[in-house]
This record gives sequence, structure tokens and C-alpha cells, in this order.
Amino acid sequence: MLLTLLVFLPAFAGLLILLLPADRAGYSRWLALLGSLVALAISIGMFFDFQTGGGFQFVDRASWIDVGSFEIQYFLAVDGLSMPLVVLTTFLTVAAVLVSFSIEHRPRAYFACLMVLSTAVLGVFTAMDFLLFFLFWELELFPMYLLISVWGSGRREYSAMKFVLYTVAGSAFMLVAILALAFSAGTFDMEVLGTSTITTAVLPLGWVFLFLFIGFAVKLPIVPLHTWLPDAHSDAPTAVSVMLAGVLLKMGGYAIIRTCVTILPDQANDYGIWLAAIGSISVLYGAFVTFRQTDVKRLIAYSSVSHMGLVLLGIGALGTTAMVGAAYQMLAHGLITGMLFVVVGLMYERTHTREIGRLGGLARQMPLIATGLVFAGFASVGLPSLAGFIAEITVFLGAFQKHEWAVIMAIFGVVLSAGYILWTLQRVVFGPVRHEWDEADDQKHWWEHASVIGLAALVILLGVYPSLIMDMLDPAIGVVSARVAG
Amino acid sequence: MSELDIVGPQLAILLAAGAVLVWDALLPSQRKALPYIALAGILGAAIWTSTWVIRGDFQTAFDGTFAIDQYAVFFQYVFAGITAIVVIASIDWVDRVGRRQSEYFALVLTASAGLMFLAGARDLITIFLALELSSIPQYILAGWGKDQRSSEAGMKYLLLGAIASALLLYGMALLYGFAGSTLLTDISAAISEHGADNRSLLVVASVLLIAGFGFKMAVVPFQMWVPDVYQGAPTPVAAFLSVGSKAAAFAVVMRLFFEGLGEQFLSNDWAMIFAVIAAVSMTLGNVFAIVQRDIKRMLGYSSIAQAGNFMIGLAAISIAGEHFVQGASGVLLFVAAYAFTNLGAFIAVIGISQRIGSDDIADYAGMWRRAPLLALALAFCLISLAGIPPTAGFWAKLYVFNAGIQADLVWLVIIGVLNSVVSAYYYLAVVRQMFMGEAEEEQRLAISPTVGVALGVATVGVIVFGIIPTPLVDAAREAAAIFAVS
Repeated sequence: MLLTLLVFLPAFAGLLILLLPADRAGYSRWLALLGSLVALAISIGMFFDFQTGGGFQFVDRASWIDVGSFEIQYFLAVDGLSMPLVVLTTFLTVAAVLVSFSIEHRPRAYFACLMVLSTAVLGVFTAMDFLLFFLFWELELFPMYLLISVWGSGRREYSAMKFVLYTVAGSAFMLVAILALAFSAGTFDMEVLGTSTITTAVLPLGWVFLFLFIGFAVKLPIVPLHTWLPDAHSDAPTAVSVMLAGVLLKMGGYAIIRTCVTILPDQANDYGIWLAAIGSISVLYGAFVTFRQTDVKRLIAYSSVSHMGLVLLGIGALGTTAMVGAAYQMLAHGLITGMLFVVVGLMYERTHTREIGRLGGLARQMPLIATGLVFAGFASVGLPSLAGFIAEITVFLGAFQKHEWAVIMAIFGVVLSAGYILWTLQRVVFGPVRHEWDEADDQKHWWEHASVIGLAALVILLGVYPSLIMDMLDPAIGVVSARVAG
Repeated sequence: MSELDIVGPQLAILLAAGAVLVWDALLPSQRKALPYIALAGILGAAIWTSTWVIRGDFQTAFDGTFAIDQYAVFFQYVFAGITAIVVIASIDWVDRVGRRQSEYFALVLTASAGLMFLAGARDLITIFLALELSSIPQYILAGWGKDQRSSEAGMKYLLLGAIASALLLYGMALLYGFAGSTLLTDISAAISEHGADNRSLLVVASVLLIAGFGFKMAVVPFQMWVPDVYQGAPTPVAAFLSVGSKAAAFAVVMRLFFEGLGEQFLSNDWAMIFAVIAAVSMTLGNVFAIVQRDIKRMLGYSSIAQAGNFMIGLAAISIAGEHFVQGASGVLLFVAAYAFTNLGAFIAVIGISQRIGSDDIADYAGMWRRAPLLALALAFCLISLAGIPPTAGFWAKLYVFNAGIQADLVWLVIIGVLNSVVSAYYYLAVVRQMFMGEAEEEQRLAISPTVGVALGVATVGVIVFGIIPTPLVDAAREAAAIFAVS
């Protein structure tokens, strides 16, 4: 029951928020904070209660729809792969609530959407019935659409619709693949699918793999399916960018490991080299395009494309080390990019511009925020002792033997990332002071900095004590790579 | 007597139709009671149908030309539900039109009795008579409005309907000439005996039958009348047309083709026809729906696309085998889910259009502020039409697509899911308009209680069956099971 409680707690908080009377709308943020903090506490409790290497745990299972050969279960569980992602989600939800604490436009609806979004993502990470997984995957669209199109900026409706259409188009293929798989295996149970050998389906299995992959690759996103991401990021409010970069992209990487690779190991072997190739192309292409960005949020968005390419590269190598690296990179990127978006959001609130050309010398006027930006930037570059470094080095070590040239290409992408991050920091934080923002208040509210400090602490923790997570990931991924190895 | 018992539900409705007319003649001052007499008749029909379920003793009547079985019972419930909702939703509209109220309800009831006869008809002549019994009142109803557009709609519907009837009769004549009997069971026996020698004749007959019913189902290329009639006819009538006659046509096509023409060598031929019609209907219906500005025209085109979705199921079941029942139950599920969803959408349109005096989608802007419950209900219905969870429409699509996958019609399912994406765009565009659009007026809309009740019933059905679909799925399975033995 614990897992069910965790998954639906945010949505329940969202419902309570909606029921608040209009003159009590101000309480919605506190309710959201309370709900997300309790969820965080539960997930941390589960994290320490988790039996490393013990397979799927905290199982909640019930028959939901059972008619003829078509059985759909309500089946939630976590293993070593999903447990850290669950904690990441609850943690970033708290951060997202904190950065939107000052929101004034229709706060009840806003926080309710944010809470439902959190439930949807938690559901994706914990659902072990393929159809339930799909339902949560789709559920995430509604709050995202509303959050971007109502509380966004710029061309928000265009961006929101683009986000929805890309995702829905991807999930259309996903649904075909899910049905084809379930029909040939006779079950939607992902645990069963992940342990049985499927040799035939109504579709060629390569197609099934491809269709699933398309659905997830849109989310990841990979080049050339990435164009929705910069639009969505640049028009979304800060908290939504945090959730989008922090956990929504991870749904793609998680799902590729959990379904494509685990359920169809033979096809994964066949296509692994392509995944690695697409991954390193994403790394390089993303990095090059990042250089050209003049909007800070778009810049981070493209750097996300580049960093998520590493995840795909790691998965494409199919070995334990490389895939652990990929999973670690998801966590590290979630924290680091989440932090970048938080800091940029704080900066934007004070300067009202995200144009790099108009910014400069912020280290003088808002030293705290500038420190946060520099820290997150260094983390993003992959400075040793921070989380990103561990992730990148593990991916490269794991993948080098299998896809030498792809790794070499990707390493160039990482070098480029040092270039664009440092260059951006130099233009935004340092350089001549612009007196426009002399009046800016660096420490306006405690909650703004609470999330930055929390994120920074985790980035350091994951950088110096990786075995906290690695030990959990290792056995879970080991099962997958053993399947791939045959 | 026992034969009257078998057609009891239909008689109850026809009796109510007569009672409505007499009541109006005798007590013209008590017109308010008319719809309630109609509802009493429908309730009587539903109760009578239930006694057959309780008795469980299904049988045929009139020398086998009419059957009461699980399949007929399923559709009788669906038609009773549709008619009841339409009657409730019409109360307000009829009241404002003012004239000929008793005739209106009598015609709706007569059409409904025709639909119910279709559900159990197992003989070509019975089918044709029942079809006309339901069609002729609908021709009149389509021209019920006072304006020119309504007259045009009625005339168009009548003329095209007459052509369709002629085609249908021609097809039936060919079948009769071949089999020497109008009973579906006799035709089936004749086909299995010496059908292979007369294949071309049977194919021509199938094509003519498909053309005749295609008009009622509103699939491409027999869809020309749909947008004009939906736009011109009074909205409650359009709602009735869009679900009642469509559902009835599918009910009868399934029985006719599977009981009568189910022989494998033949079914392969018409399965392909169904598949192609499905693909074309979905695609054209959706493409045209996107560009519509008038919500009734948009719903008209969308109903063409939806008919294409039903057709996937029809094409799938004709490829017989152990999964036959699953496919057939998918179609039935779709029929039921679609009926209530589309009714809900139309009723919401009735409620809104009456107050704002416009069918223009642009005028729906900001409806969320002006009529929150109505907007929410319409949003749920549109989401269900788009096939997005958690609504009944999702399960319906899932079952139909699943049947398609199992029947190896993967190409068709892919076209289907891609079309779902396209349809999501224009359905959600209306939702967006209602929730994000800025209203020109902020004035709250007063919604008549009867429209509210009808809409409430439809929407609650859409949501409840979206979350707990098992009862509906079970009912559809039982209804479809009658084909399994043949």
C-alpha cells in the first residue's frame, strides 16, 4: 500500500487544493508543499528500507480488468532502477513547489496541475503493468499542457500544443507495440514480459522494438525528434522546466531500459549500435546547437539534448557498467539541470530577460544567485567530485569497449559543453556590471534559496558518495544486461 | 402471445408514441407531461428487456425472423439509453419551438422502436422494414426546424437515404435470388453449400449492402450528407442521428455479415472492403474535421472518422478464429462508448448554443468561466472521443485496436492510432478554446436543468466506464458470444 500511497498522495493533495475556497487560495502553496514533503519523506523512507538486489519490492498488485484473454492489472513496484528515480521525482517536486511559491495567477489550478504531474511521473516509474504504464504516460500530458499554455510565456500555446502532439504521436506507436507484445505474450505484466522470451509477434519484433523506441525517444529526446524541447522549455514557467528537464525526460531513458532492452534483449543486441550512434550524434549535435543559443533557457534545453544523448549512448552499449552510467546520468542530469533552471528562473524574476547579450556582471548585484549558477554550470560541465562527472566517466568506461568511435565522438561533445557553459558563465555572471539591476534583491525569499541549496547538496552527495546509488542500480541493471548477454 | 412478449420492448415504445399523440389531443393544456410519457415508455422497454435477461431464455419469434438474444438485449439497452437521453435533452428545445410537440416525441419514439427492431432482426425483410421504420421519422425530424437550412437538411437526408435504401434492396434481392430465402440462417446455409460457385454474385451483393448501410453508418464514400445534415438539423435530432442510426447500422451489419455471409472465402473479400473504408473514413473525416469552424460540422466529420474506427473492428472480426469474440466485443464496446460520448458532446453543444446563439467554435472561448460544469462535461466527452484515458473512449479504442492487431491488420491499426493523434488536435482545440480562450462576455450562462440531467448522465457514464470498464466489457463480450457458435 505504501507505493500506492506515495504515487497518489500528490494527486490527492492536488484535489484538496482545488477544493479550497476562493478566498483561501493562498493556502494552496502550503498544501502543495506539505503534500510534496510528505511524499518525499515516504520515498526516502522507502529508499532506506529498500533491499538492495532484492528485485521488485513494495509490490501493490490487484486485478483491475480481467475479461477473457485480456487481463490488466493494477501493479506497482520498484526495483533498483526505479527507486532512485522515484526519490528524484519527489525531491524535484518539492523544489518545483518552492520555486513557484510566489505565483499569483490562479494558484489553486497551478498547484493542482503540478501535483497531478508528479503523480503521473511517479506512476510511470512504478507501474509494472504495461497498460497502466501507458495510462500514466498519457496522464502526464494534461497537466503539462495546462501548465505551459496557461502559466507560460511567449508562444506558450504553440509550445504546449507542440509538446502534446510530439508526445502523442510517439505514444501512438508505443501503443501499437504494447498491444502487439501483449498479444504474443498473453500478458501486460512487465515483470513476466521481462523474464519470458518472446520470439514471435504479429509484427516483426524489430518493429516492435522500433515502435517502442520511437515513443520513448521523443521524450528523451533524441536528434531529430528533439525540436519540441527548446520551445517547451523556453515558454514554460520555471517549475515546469525543472520538472520537464528533471524527471520527464528521464521517463524516456527509464522506459528504454525497462521495456525495450529488458523485454526484447535480442533486438536490443541488434540495434544497440544504432542507439549508441544516435546517442553520440545527439551529444555532438546538441552541443553544437547550444553554442548558438542566445536565450539562457533555450541554451540549457539544448544542453539537455546533448546530455541525454549520453544516456542513450550508455544504454546502447548494453553492458552493466554503461547502463548503470546511463541511469546515473539521468539522476545527475535531473538534479543539475533542475538546479540550472531554478537559478535561471530566479535570475529572470529579477532581470526580466533571458537574453545572454543583455545580461552581464551579475556576480556583483546578485552574488548568491550567481554562485548558484556557477556551481550548477560546473556540475553540468562534469567537474570531478560532482554528480555529473561520475555519470559521464561511468558511461564512457562502460561503453568504450563496445562502441569505441561513438564514445570518442561523445567525448568531444563533453569538451564542447565545457566551452559553452564557461562562455555563458563569463558573459552572464562576470564581465562589466550593468547598472540596470543595481536594485535587484538577491535574497528576497527564503524558499527560493532552499531549493537551490537542497539541489546543490544532492549534486555534491552524488559526486562524492556514488555507491549510495550505484549499489542500488547495479543489481537491477545487472539482471537486464545478463538478459541481453543471453 | 409469446411472440408479442418477445417484441414487448418495441411495443412498449410504440405504445408510448401513441399515448403521446392521444394525450396531446385530449389534454392540450398538459403538454409538459409529454416527454415524461415518452420516458415512461422507454423505461417500460428497458424493464421488459431486463425481464428477458432475468429469464435467460432467449428465443426467436415470427418463424425465426426476429430474435431476442444477448446481442439484441445489449443493443436494446443501448438504444433505450440513447432515446431516453435524447428525449430529456429535447425537452427544453421543444418547449421553445412550441409547435407540434407531441409529434416530435412520437417520431423520436417511433424511430427508436425501429432501431430496437433492427437489434434483433434476422431476416432481410425484417431488417429492411425496421430500417425504414427508424429512417422515415428521422427524415422528418431532420427537417423539423423552421429555417431553410433545416429543410435542406431534411430533404438531403431523405433523397440520399432513398438512394441508399434502393441499393440495399438491390443487394438483398441478389441474396434472395441466390438463396431462395430471406432468413439469414438459410442464406448462410445456401452459401456454404454452393456459394463458392457464385462468388462474384455474392461479392456484388456484399458491396451493395455495404453501400446501403454505409450511408447509415456515415463512412466514406457515403458520407456526403453528414456535415450538412448535422449542421442544419435541430441539434437534439443531430445527436440522435449521429448515434442512433449509426449504432443500429453497425448492429445490423454485424449480424447480417456474420450470421448470413460469414463463410470464410467470402468474409476475406468484405473484410478487405471494410479495412479500406475504415482507413479512408478515419483519414478523410479527421482531415476535414480539423478545418471546421462550426462545432456541429466538426462533430459531423469527427463522427465519420469514428465510424472508421468501428470499421477496424468489423474488418478484424471477419478474419475468424479464436479471437473472434474479442474483436466483436470490441466493436460493441465501441458502439456503446461512442453512443454516450457523442450524445454528451451534442447535448453540451445544445446547452451552450441555445444560450449564446452560435455554433462557432470561436464563440466557445472562455466557456469555462461562463458555464463551468457544462464546459467540464464537454471537455470530458471530447477527451473520450479522442480516446484519451481515463474515459470510456480510451477502452473502446484500445479494444478495437487490439482486435486489429490480433487479426494481423497492423497497417490499419497504425493508421488508426495516427488518426487518433490528428483527432486529438481538433478535439483538444475546442477544450483549449473553452479553458484558455478569453470570453468576450463574462456573463454566466443559465443552463436548463433537463439539459443538465441528460448531460450529467452521459458524462458520468463516460467517466465511470473509463475507470471501471469491466461491466461494460463483460456485457459486450456476452453479447458478442452469440456469434462464436456460428
